[in-house]
This record gives sequence, structure tokens and C-alpha cells, in this order.
Amino acid sequence: MSILLSGIFDGVSIGSVLLIAALGLAVVFGLMGVINLAHGELIMLGAYTTFVVQNVFKPLGEPWFSLYIFVALPLAFLVSGLVGLGLEKGIIRYLYGRPLETLLATWGVSLILQQFVRSVNGLMVLAILSFCLLCFGGLWIIQRRSDWPTVKNKARTILIPLSLALATVIGILLYQTQQPALVKPWFSARNVDVTAPAWLRGGLPIGDFQLPYTRIFIIILTIICVFGTYWFLNKSSWGLRIRAVTQNRTMSACLGIPTEKVDALTFALGSGLAGIAGCGISFLGSVGPNTGQNYIVDTFMVVVVGGVGNLLGTIVAALAIGVINYLVIVGSSMFALSLASAQAPSDIVEFFQFFATTSMAKVIIFALIILFLQIKPAGLFPQKGRTAEL
Amino acid sequence: MPLFLPAFRLRLLGRFLSLAVVALGVDLIWGYTGLLSLGHGIFFALGGYAIAMFLNLQLPPGQLPEFFTLYGVKSLPLLWQPFHSLPITLLALVIIPGLVAGLLGYLIFRNRIKGVYFSILTQAALLVFYNFFNGQQKLINGTNGLKTDTQTIFGLLVSDPKVQFTIYEITVLALLLIYLLCRWLTSGRFGRLLIAIRDDETRVRFSGYDPTWFKVLVFSISGAIAGVAGALYTVQTGIITPSSMEVAFSIEIVIWVAVGGRATLVGAIIGTLLVRLAQSFLSEQFPDVWLFFQGALFLTVVTVLPNGILGGLGQLMTALGWRPRLATYPAIEADPEIQQERELLEHEQ
Repeated sequence: MSILLSGIFDGVSIGSVLLIAALGLAVVFGLMGVINLAHGELIMLGAYTTFVVQNVFKPLGEPWFSLYIFVALPLAFLVSGLVGLGLEKGIIRYLYGRPLETLLATWGVSLILQQFVRSVNGLMVLAILSFCLLCFGGLWIIQRRSDWPTVKNKARTILIPLSLALATVIGILLYQTQQPALVKPWFSARNVDVTAPAWLRGGLPIGDFQLPYTRIFIIILTIICVFGTYWFLNKSSWGLRIRAVTQNRTMSACLGIPTEKVDALTFALGSGLAGIAGCGISFLGSVGPNTGQNYIVDTFMVVVVGGVGNLLGTIVAALAIGVINYLVIVGSSMFALSLASAQAPSDIVEFFQFFATTSMAKVIIFALIILFLQIKPAGLFPQKGRTAEL
Repeated sequence: MPLFLPAFRLRLLGRFLSLAVVALGVDLIWGYTGLLSLGHGIFFALGGYAIAMFLNLQLPPGQLPEFFTLYGVKSLPLLWQPFHSLPITLLALVIIPGLVAGLLGYLIFRNRIKGVYFSILTQAALLVFYNFFNGQQKLINGTNGLKTDTQTIFGLLVSDPKVQFTIYEITVLALLLIYLLCRWLTSGRFGRLLIAIRDDETRVRFSGYDPTWFKVLVFSISGAIAGVAGALYTVQTGIITPSSMEVAFSIEIVIWVAVGGRATLVGAIIGTLLVRLAQSFLSEQFPDVWLFFQGALFLTVVTVLPNGILGGLGQLMTALGWRPRLATYPAIEADPEIQQERELLEHEQ
């Protein structure tokens, strides 16, 4: 029994991480109809931020090290949110109304982010900084001219390649110096581990098994995030605007809601939530450049099952997927064990053992999702409204 | 072409050509029907596994493929039995992927799930197959995959240059035939219907057609094409592993089509060859930064060159006064009636 209980508990905690990640994805998808394949990499960035913060706090000694997590969480939110904002402003803005192209573009971004984490070093950061300085500084100077609207496009087409070329030249020149501080990669391709602070190690003993504190922490974090998002969407004025644009973009624009700002804000918020999810993930296992890939498809499944732009659906779907995943593994292995002890025919025991693996759990979950979609094609709680589609 | 190239490059070209076959299949459903499948690796791998199983059974009677004995499997699993015969294998590598695609497509399209949802579901299906094939160590050698280059076919080693050259010729022939098949499918009434589904599915449904079955059919054809491509690719690389069902590979296929130009068929072939050539060149020269280049390629193609190379050429031709043949109904903005209405409204203001 206790195996089953701890299995459910593990399932809930994985489901919680999925939930934080899926919240961001669902809000963005509901608002803009955009699937962000780089969402997994935003999770990864959050996890790496936690790692960096931890490394900064380590030399400070004990009373400080226990508290690093309270710095890491907002920082992860901020880093992922800012990267998301840049993504929206730089690329996705130009692709609205073309969801499939956005899918491909964000996949490109996710590849770049993965490789960035693998090979980032001081040199690259300097090159990127000089690019930003040249490009945006130049734009800022030209912006103050009175004929800005007429030269806008020309200025951009000249400035961006020019600053790109200059930044590359600076990078190559600096590379010649071979300073180890500049050339050495920061993270490399290997996985890194985050140490949980002392008060998160160990677990809460219940009966004959333990509830690990890290998982309890993640669940609490999820509850806070869900309530925070709920409050933001339903009580704040920007949340009202976001919901308005989600329901009817054109009409909201007519009523004077700045839809572009709403888009950018929502994207930053969704990305920030991914960062927090990354912070949670860093406590569950080691973190590497591929971390995002492992979670992204599960997250999408949550969005597909939960329905678009619907908090309740997302919550139920995330928890269900997380729990079923563990139930399949734990349940069938337990069943196989009990059958084996009851001297059942070996074929039947083997049959259940066959299902007691992570890969088979994925297969079963997918089959269940496809079955579920046969009954409710628009997710758990579809948006009501008149439409010729669906 | 074969006369000028050294053997190594020729083998590379053969592989690229077999990848161009799967790109043709993706162009058929993405370019013409508007369904972005991110799961074509499934069908590709199924075809590859079919031929690999046949080649692995080319043994003296009573003997089992080597890996079975490692895992203590005594008798040949039922799944392997049909692959003793060549005709059945050749049929299987078309029919199995086609059937799997058809079934998956039916379950998805039946509920009018489309657009991004379809893409995500195909990607999830891909991941499921990937996990499944990785986990089945006893049945199909799991992560290690099936080797084919040390096997024999008609008494000759598969990796023998002569056999490889024959396979190269078969690949060229298959590419040509499948190109003609796709051309034929898209040029007639069926093709016009596919384009109609891409541009306005609701209108097609209201006109009395049931788009579901057309989509299932075209998805299944595309899956079968991917199966052929997988088989050709497998015998040329010498191994099939579950890694051909990685998410990245299936998305790459889509990018080849996008680079060449969607809904052109020729574009799919050109795009595949160009991108793969660039990849083998760049990853030889700068192994670390290939992912940067690939990511940048995705971004440039999607933002700067949305119609691909051929589409860009077409725009150039139009700019030079060449009138292109219209392949689809004009976008609403270009509709003369709507333009007229717009002008009327502006005059009234």
C-alpha cells in the first residue's frame, strides 16, 4: 500500500512541475494561438539560473546558503521572462496568424538556446553585449531624428547586419588573445546538479515511508503559482485585458486595449512560469542542456487535454497525467509481484511486467489521451461559444 | 553523376536522395493539405525496421539473429515470422507505415482536430514510438537497433560496393517514381481538393465533401512514402536505431521542405539536398556550432523566406513580369470584389 501511496505522491509532484510549465504554455496558447516549442528551453534556463545562484551562495556560508532558493525563484522567473519577452519582440510578433511557422521558428530558437547553454563563454557574452549595444544604441540614436518613421525600415536593415558583423569581428579578435577566462565554457555539455538547502533534505515520515521535503516544496510552490496566476488573470486590470484579448482580439483592440502590449506581457508571464518550473525541476534530478526536451511533450499533452486558456482544465489534466504515469508503472509492477507470489502462470506475470516500465507508461498515457480526445475533442472544459469549427 | 563522384560521396548522395523521398511525402501533406506532421520519423523507422528485419533473417535455417541469443530468446517471435520472405517484406514496408498513419490520422481527424493540435499529437505519437522501440530490448534489440551492413542479400554482403551501387540506382528510380506519383496525385481533382482543404476546410465541408477521409488517405500515402524512404536509407547507412524517431529528425524533415519551398514537390528534393549538404559540410568543419546554424536556418527560412527557395524564385520572376500559374484561390485581400468594397467604404467616409 505504501508503495502505491508514495507512487501517487511522486506522480502529484511531477504533475505539479508539469502544471507550472503548462500554465504558461496554456495562457500563451489561449491568447495568441502560438505553440512555443522553446518553452522547454525556458524551463532549462530557469534550472540553470537556480544552479548559478546556488554557486554564488555556496561560498557565503551556511545561514545564507539555506536562503538561496528565495533568490533563485524570482531570478529564474526574471531570466526566463526576459528571454521570453525578447523572443516575442524579436520573432514571434512577426508570425502571428501563422501558427505552424511559429512552431518551426520557436524550434529553431530552442536549438539555439540548447547550443548556447553548451558553449556559452565570456567571449560569447561579450560579443552578444556588443551586438546589443551597437544595434539598439544605434536605433535609439536614429529614433530621435524627426524623419524616423520614413527611415525606420532602412535603418533596421542596415544596422542589424552591420552590428552583427562588428560583433563577430570583436569576438574573433578577442578569441585571438586565448584568455582562459574568456574562452572556457561556463557549463559545458555535461549535466549539473543543484544541491537543495539543508532544510529541504530528508523527508516527512508517514507510516513506513517518507515524503521528501523537496517534493512537498514543489507542490506548495505550484499551489502558490496557480493562485498567483488565478489572481493575476481574474483580479488585476492587466488580467482583465488578457482575458478580453483571449476571447475576442479584434473587439478588444477596438475598445482601446493595447493588444501588442498584452501579447508581450502574456508571453513574458508564461515564460517566467516556465522559469519557475525549471527551478522546481532542478530539485528533482540533474539538469542538462536536454532537460527541456524531456518535459516539453508532456507539457503539451497537458495543454491538449486541458483545453485552451482554461486554468481548471490545465490543473486537472496535469495532475491526472502525472498520477496516471506513476500508477501505470507502480501499479502494474505491484500487480506482477503479487501475481508472482500467488504462483500465477508466468505468462500473465510477464504480461504485467511488460507494462511496468516508463516507456510503456508513456505509451498507455498517449493511448488514453487519444481515447479521451475521441470523447472530448476540445479538451476537458472547452470554451463555450458559437463557432462553425468543432 | 555517379561517374564524377568518389564512392564515399556517392553513398552520401544516395542517403540524401532517400531522405528526399520522405521530404516529398511531407510536402504532400504539409504543402498541399496544410497538415504539419512532426511525426514522420515513425513511418520512416517502421519502413527501416521492416527491411532490417528481413536482412537480419538471411541466416542458415534454424539460426536466430545474434542479439536474440544475448537476451535468452529461444524461438523467433511471431512478429518476425513474416519477414522471411522478400515479397512480404517489400509489401510490409509500404503497408505497415501506411496503416499506422491511416489509423493515427483517422483517430485524430475524425474529431476535426487540426492545426497545431495535430502537430503536437503527431509529435507525441513519435515520442511514444521512440520510447516503445527503445524499451523493447528482447523483441527488436532496443536502443542498439538492427544492423544491416553485415548481412547478406542474394548471397552478397549488403555493404559491398556493387550492392550499394544497385541500391543507389534503386533509390534514384524510387525518388523519380514517387515524385511522379505525387505530381499525379496533386495535379488532378484530388490535388485540387487537398489544396481546398488546406485553404478553407470548413468551406470544403459545406460544399458536401467529407474532408476527414481525404486527409486520412493523404496522411496514409505520405506515411507509406516515408516507409519506403526509411527502408532505402537503412540499407545505405547500414543500421536502423530508434534514434531515427527522435523529435529533432522529424522536424528537420519539415525544414527541408520549407527551405525548398512548400507545395512545389521539386522544392522538397532541392531543399533536402541543400540542407543535408550544408549539414555534412558544416558539421565536418565546425562540429560545435552546427546547432547554431541549424537554429538560424529555421529562423531565416520562416521569417525571411516563408515560401522557400522556389517560392523566392517565383516572387523574383513575378517581379520581372512573369505571370505565375495560380495554384490556389486568391487570398481574400487580393479578391477584386473585396478591394472594390474597401474603396467604396473609403469614399463614403
